[in-house]
Amino acid sequence: MAKRPSTMTSSETFSGSLNGFMDRMSDVQTAVDRPLPEQPAAPIMETKNLNVFYEDFHAVHDVNLTFGKHEITALIGPSGCGKSTVLRCLNRMNDLVSGARVEGQVAYHDIDIYGPKVDPIQVRRHIGMVFQKPNPFPKSIYDNIAYGPRVNGMKVDDMDGLVEQALNGAALWDEVKDKLKQSAYGLSGGQQQRLCIARTIATQPDVILMDEPCSALDPIATSRIEDLMTQLRETYTIIIVTHNMQQAARVSDRTAFFTAKADETTGNRTGLLVEYDLTKQIFNRPNDERTEAYISGRFG
Amino acid sequence: MNSSTLVAERDDTTPAIATGKSRDREPMSLVFLGALWFSLFFGVVVLIVLILDTAVSGAGRFDSDLITRYDSTLFPERTGFRAGILGTVWLMVTTALLAVPLGIAAALYLEEFADKTKWYNRFIEVNLQNLAAVPSVVYGLLAVAVLALIGFQRTGIVLGGAIALSLLILPVIIITTREAVRAVPNEIRFGSLALGATMWQTTWKQTLPSAIPGIATGTILGLSRAIGEAAPLLLLGIAGAVRFDPDGVTSPVTALPIQIYSLTSQSQEAYQQAASAAIIVLLVMVLALNALAIFIRNKFQRRW
Repeated sequence: MAKRPSTMTSSETFSGSLNGFMDRMSDVQTAVDRPLPEQPAAPIMETKNLNVFYEDFHAVHDVNLTFGKHEITALIGPSGCGKSTVLRCLNRMNDLVSGARVEGQVAYHDIDIYGPKVDPIQVRRHIGMVFQKPNPFPKSIYDNIAYGPRVNGMKVDDMDGLVEQALNGAALWDEVKDKLKQSAYGLSGGQQQRLCIARTIATQPDVILMDEPCSALDPIATSRIEDLMTQLRETYTIIIVTHNMQQAARVSDRTAFFTAKADETTGNRTGLLVEYDLTKQIFNRPNDERTEAYISGRFG
Repeated sequence: MNSSTLVAERDDTTPAIATGKSRDREPMSLVFLGALWFSLFFGVVVLIVLILDTAVSGAGRFDSDLITRYDSTLFPERTGFRAGILGTVWLMVTTALLAVPLGIAAALYLEEFADKTKWYNRFIEVNLQNLAAVPSVVYGLLAVAVLALIGFQRTGIVLGGAIALSLLILPVIIITTREAVRAVPNEIRFGSLALGATMWQTTWKQTLPSAIPGIATGTILGLSRAIGEAAPLLLLGIAGAVRFDPDGVTSPVTALPIQIYSLTSQSQEAYQQAASAAIIVLLVMVLALNALAIFIRNKFQRRW
């Protein structure tokens, strides 16, 4: 398993000079570097000409992405560029936004999840999601984990074992094993977020979507979640939206850079995919000047 | 006044607004503060005077006869409200059984499932607001009609009263339940749905349990309103004097407010006194209901 050299040095800076930033970036790169093909070899998910509308507003334009199995894919870009919208399309959480409409295809194992016979509930059982703000249920830690398997009708002979396994998987077991019956609201923000990850992996999904999972957390909690992500990659496929470019550089295998383009007549900003490549490529030798401007901090 | 004196004056009185100990001595401020105090005292003092006056005039009748004996024409000084108290309890329980499931279901539909762009849902919304503004006598008439439709000749029964009172408090329950459901953060719903739960599971296992403290409060507040209502019950022809205990939902019944109403129109002093004592009994019942609401709310809140 790939480990970063030090958790603190990588999370402490956000405002360093461009040179310092790039230096650190390159040694972070070597830390997570692993041999990967140029294109995802066995894509688990794929979007084809994905367009998203909210009422008349064209939020995302023609996104084509392939997500490799057991890879971490980061979606980055300035606010309002549609990266969270794309993420929410991947497990049909966008269905819950009133007025949202999706065109194009989102394939999961070559099945279009927006197909007429597909049940969004089933989609979400295979493609879990962790949200920006930790959102544990107002229940005990144990019940938070057991909830997913229960509502999914999973046949679980040993729920206690499953709960332990899920909490272990989210590196939380040692901290909470003595207070499983206590409210999840008593945990710290970072623990709550790891509980939400544990809750998601308890339902044994294929893919875990993470929508800025660390933006409400302090640097130490953030680094623990990042370590966790690299562990989870062994078992799951992770797609993460992040505002933190160092985070994308540290944890992800591939990075997709989005930006927003204003419509000439209405002024509405439509998000589009600029560049999608291996993370080291995006951060070291971006092909598009907009990508370079963004990651070097000149824009966005 | 320059800013430095303002700061200096403020230094030693930090929570000025909260305590009312403002150093602000402008005449207009003092007049306004006085008006606020007057409004507060007016409301509280009137209530206290009313309760005390009623308690004093009913003081002679705080005995066991008051709650254990039936209404008596032979011995006005020993008349009791056994039938009224039991009748009120029967009415409240039946009303709650009718109104609470209906109210919660209606509120959950409107908040969680209804498509607000559809005309029929907007129509329901508007009518719900109208329902809350309907005078309570109209509900009495409606209950008479409903009873006639389902084939009851006699309307002064537990079921009749409960139908009228349920209709009366249904809007209260729906509105408070909707507020309680709306107060449950969307993150909880999304979290549940993202785990592959259905909308039904999410509502039943997450939204509703989280909203129960608010629903309980609203329901009991609605019931405390219903417990004191006399007008719709009068229209149903619920008797002022009943000399047996109600034993089912089709049993003829009386209620405390009706008994109080009929006794206060009697000329004998003993009846007036008994009515005053009965008002205190009614107040105690309302307070007990409210205490129950607080108890339930706290019990559920501890689980978080």
